Formats: sequence, C-alpha cells, structure tokens
Amino acid sequence: MADIVIDRVSKHFGDFHALQEVSLNVGDGEFVALLGPSGCGKTTLLRIIAGLETQSSGRIVIGGRDVSALSPRERGLAMVFQNYAVFPHMTVFENVAFGLRMKKVPDAEVKRQVERAAALLHIEPYLDRYPAKLSGGQRQRVAVARALAVQPAVLLMDEPLSNLDALLRLEMRTELKAVLREAGTTTIYVTHDQTEAMGLADRIAVMYGGKIDQIDTPLSVYAAPTTRFVGGFIGNPPMNFIKVKAESGTVRIGPVSFVAPAGGLDLDLGLRGEDAHLSGDGSGLPFDVRVVEPMGSHLLLTGSIEGQAARIVAPPTATVRAGERVGLTVDPSRLTWIDTSTGRALARPQDSTR
Amino acid sequence: MPTRANWIPYALIAPSVVFLGALFIVPLVQTIWLSFSSDDGTLLGNYARMAGDLNFSVAIRNTFMLTLVVVPLQVALAIGMALMISKVGKGRDLILWVFTIPLGISDLAAGLAWLAILQNSGYLNSALYGLGLIQGQTGWLSQETPVTLFIGIVLAEVWRATAIVLVIVIAGLQLIPKEFSEAAEIFGAKPWTRFCKITLPLLKPSLQSALILRTVLAFEVFAVVYALGGTNFPVLAGEAYNWQNINQNYGVAAAYAVLIMAISIAATVFYLRVLRVRPEQLP
Ligand SMILES: Nc1ncnc2c1ncn2[C@@H]1O[C@H](COP(=O)(O)OP(=O)(O)OP(=O)(O)O)[C@@H](O)[C@H]1O
Ligand SMILES: [Mg+2]
Repeated sequence: MADIVIDRVSKHFGDFHALQEVSLNVGDGEFVALLGPSGCGKTTLLRIIAGLETQSSGRIVIGGRDVSALSPRERGLAMVFQNYAVFPHMTVFENVAFGLRMKKVPDAEVKRQVERAAALLHIEPYLDRYPAKLSGGQRQRVAVARALAVQPAVLLMDEPLSNLDALLRLEMRTELKAVLREAGTTTIYVTHDQTEAMGLADRIAVMYGGKIDQIDTPLSVYAAPTTRFVGGFIGNPPMNFIKVKAESGTVRIGPVSFVAPAGGLDLDLGLRGEDAHLSGDGSGLPFDVRVVEPMGSHLLLTGSIEGQAARIVAPPTATVRAGERVGLTVDPSRLTWIDTSTGRALARPQDSTR
Repeated sequence: MPTRANWIPYALIAPSVVFLGALFIVPLVQTIWLSFSSDDGTLLGNYARMAGDLNFSVAIRNTFMLTLVVVPLQVALAIGMALMISKVGKGRDLILWVFTIPLGISDLAAGLAWLAILQNSGYLNSALYGLGLIQGQTGWLSQETPVTLFIGIVLAEVWRATAIVLVIVIAGLQLIPKEFSEAAEIFGAKPWTRFCKITLPLLKPSLQSALILRTVLAFEVFAVVYALGGTNFPVLAGEAYNWQNINQNYGVAAAYAVLIMAISIAATVFYLRVLRVRPEQLP
C-alpha cells in the first residue's frame, strides 16, 4: 500500500505564499496529474512530497506513515526532476543504475533492470555515453529511466516528457502509462500540457495560484469545471464565457432563455465550443462569425455572441462565411454557470427547460 | 576567407607576452644559466656543492614533510569549511570574510604573529602558566623540541593559507547545481555517499587548481619557517636564501631555485594527470 495523503500543506517563501492549504489524496496505484500554468506551485508541491523542501504547515502521509519529518531518503520514492539532474560524471548506465547501486542490488540484477528501463525509453544505444553527449530529450529520458529502474512504489515526475518531439512524446506517454499501471505504481505527474494530463491520468488536479481548484476525472474536469479558471485553462479552444444577468430566475440571451441557477445574479455562462451546434435555420443563440479557420477535422469559428467574443467548433463540411450571423443550439445540461463575483461554478439548475 | 583579421588576438596578448618575457622568462633563463656555471668550471659543480651540503638532505626532508602534512590538511579543512558555509543562510558573507582575513596578511607578518604566540615569553606560555599547566617558561620552537617546532610551523601555515583553498572550493561548490545532490538523496544516498559519489567528483576541477596552487607555494615556503624556526628548521627556499645572502654564493642559490622549480613542475604534472577531468564529464 502506497497511497499519498497531502493534508493542508502550505508553503511560503518569505511573505510569498507559494502553496495555500493544498489537500490531495492519491490512492494506491493511482495516477494523478498536477496540471496548472507556469509558477502555480506544482514543482514546489512535488518537492515537498519528496522531502526536498519543508512545508510551512501541513502533513504528508505516504502508505499510512507520516513522513513530514523524514528525509527524502527515508520516504522511499523516486522522482524525475524538471531539469533532469542527470549526473554528468557518470555514464548513462551508471545514472540509470544509481538507485539500485544505493540499494546494493547484485550486479546481474542491476544490469537486467537498467536494460529493461533503457529499452522502455529507447536509450539503449547511449548506455556507455556521458550525459554531456546527449540531446536534451535523451537526457530527460535517462532521468525517467533512472526513476523507473528502482521500481518505486511512489513515483513523482516533474514534466518528464516536456523536451521530446510530439511523436516520441505520444509514444512514451502510452508506454509510461502501461508500465506504471502494470506495476501498480502510485504516480503524481506534473505537467502543463493538458492533453498529456487528459490522456494519462486517472484524476487531474488543476492548480492555480498555489491552490488546487479542482480534483476530478479528466472527463469531469473538462465537462464540469468548478471554477472559471479551470474552464478557461482546459480544452482547446478554451471554454467561452458570456457575461449575463439573471432576472427573476431567468437568463436571456437574444431570443433564447435559460433557467438561472440558484445563487448569483451576475453570471458567466460557460459554453464549450464543441457543445454548440449550428441550428441551420438561424434560430437559437445569435453568433456573429468574424473568422473561419478550416482545421481539417473541424472548422474553428471565431466571432461574438451578444458582442462578447466566443469560439465555436463546427463540422468541417459546414458552409459558414465570415461576416455571417448564424444560430446556435446548445444543450442546457452541458452549460457551466459561474458566479462572476466568486469565480466558482454554481450547481446546474435541475429543470433546465423553459 | 576569414572575415576577421587573424592578427588581432595575437596583438591583444602581446603586452602580456612581453611582460612575461621581460620579468619571468629572462630571469628564469639567467637563473638556470647561473646554476650550471660553477666556479670550478664543471657543469654540475653547483649542484654537487648543494647536494654535498650538510643541510641539503634535512631541507629536502623538512620541505617534503611540511608539504605532505600541510597541503592535505588545508584541503580537508577547506572542504569541510566550505560545506559548512554553503549550508549557512544568514551571516554567510560575514563568516567567509572572517575566514579569509589571513589572506590579507603577508607571510612574514603571519610568521611573526605566531612567533608572538609560541615563543618562550609568548601568549601560549602565559596562558598555560596562568592555568597552572606549566611551571615556568617552556620552549616550543627550539632545536631540542623538533616536534613542537614542526607542529607550530604547520599551525601557522594552515592558519595563513587555508583560506585560498577555501575560496577556490567555495567557488567550485557554487558551480554544482543542488539538484545533483538532491537526486542522489532521493535515490537513497546517505550524506557520506553523496559527498564521495557526487560532490567530490564534481569538485575535481576546483580541487585540481587548489592543489596545484597550494603545493607549488608549499615547496617555496620560507618566511613563516624563518620567523618561527630560524636555522633550526632548514627548508629548500631558506637554503637558497642562505647561500645567496650569507654565503654570497649565487651559483648554489640558483641551483636550489632550479631544484624547487623542478619539484613544483613535477607536482603540477602529477596533479594534472591524476585529477584529469574528461571534458564530457563536466556538468
Ligand atoms: N526557493 C524559492 N524562493 C522563493 N520563491 C520561490 C522558490 N521556489 C519557488 N518559488 C516561487 O513559487 C512559485 C511556484 O514555483 P514552482 O516552481 O512550484 O512553479 P511550477 O508550477 O513548477 O512552474 P513551472 O510550470 O514553470 O515549472 C513561483 O512563483 C516561484 O517564483
Ligand atoms: Mg515546475
């Protein structure tokens, strides 16, 4: 059992609050992605879990054991550093073997494990080389192999595939997922690439400004963001937000009206570009198209609803021209309502037809 | 076709080449020449006289013993001090500043300071007498107490010149990103293992510079020894000084100088080979 409990962890550097009461539970064998923009505290949180940084308050419990006061060595985990930290004075082989050597594993077993990890990350040809003679992406894979070689119960990875080309990244991603699932490794994976987080993780924790905004499955995070930030950060194009006012329980946009959620009067209506459909007869939400971009798989329409900018995804065969006004039909059960004053989502109204 | 004129780099280093030539190469050649021109007309006359002298083997032994004790001691101390300083947050600059004060003191002044402590009527004896540990004045630096004389010289040398090693080692430590040590710790390396497997190998280039500098200077040790031991503790540079100024025999003095230089070059070559760092192993 190696579940991780992060219990109200805060961290400040001087008077800068890098983490504010972050709590997160990761189940045994679970794969959680930490997703968030640059500078939101992902690396800081990972370093606190690893014990390289001391939290200002809060606890870390791994496998039922409070490790808050233990040194990194005693926490029994492996880590891939954001800047690799591959030892320059050791060959790739010795780098990958490092953790096993520290455990005094017999030579034959070291060789077997190193070769297994190297094969997985396609670095066998470089085993005899020194890291200085590797490319950035190759060095990064050495760092991942070094962590996998020890077959850790808990694995922390800080943007481990950030330096690979798109094709290799996709391949590594799939292989990593398969290997970690098979081994039942509890994994926390830092990334700011949302497709990576979506594809890999059992659950995604979206971080923003030192807090976790939402922890949920990739589908829920996408379909039901709990804050305006999450909606705007996840998805491509990001969620559209249209400022509206609720009047006597109703929100009107052009000719269309929706049941307003209970809670606020000033609202942001969150609408995913894929959830709007061209109505054909011009009925529904009025959308003024300004630019039409054919993306191959779909048309990306940029324009405005009620004078507020929006991006809509249309089928590739749709005939829409710039300057045109089209009607959009939307499924009210797929809308997100945000209270403008708090930035937090409000519960969807139960009865959404009117 | 090269776009930049090829002569510019040479022109830029020319002044320093001229300077070196005038003030270093010329006297060097003269010294070597002098050492091989003996009164008796033979090529190695000066060297024969040097080797035949009563003090020669003692000076060789003393100089080597001092170097072999002082240099490793200084390097070990400097590494320890540097590691401690690198862990200090506030006040770090102040500590470094205090540690490096001896660098600003000339070696003769340092020798005299230690003489004031260790001589018969010095501070050490006063303190020991005050504590009731000795009955009266005790000699530490005389011919009859070669061990304490040696220890006194070692102390003074360590005090005087450890800081230069410290400065080099601290600069070297700062070049090593902390992630290497952190990664090693994550993967289970204990502090001593981290020091041996990560810090020390990555510090090798700095240690090489520090060792060469300190060893070469240790073979030239003179003023501190002269102040504390006088003629009780002959060293090579001291013998060169004696032959030059007291015996007025410039040839034998030159032979000593050339010998010191040869030893220094040998030590440098030794370090360059033993502590060689292959370029691909640098961070
Ligand atoms: N040692 C430190 N001293 C002061 N501030 C720090 C320190 N380390 C991190 N910070 C600050 O804490 C915040 C979070 O940093 P962190 O490295 O965790 O970001 P991140 O989410 O990993 O970003 P990225 O995606 O760019 O790697 C940043 O604003 C950073 O400036
Ligand atoms: Mg980071």
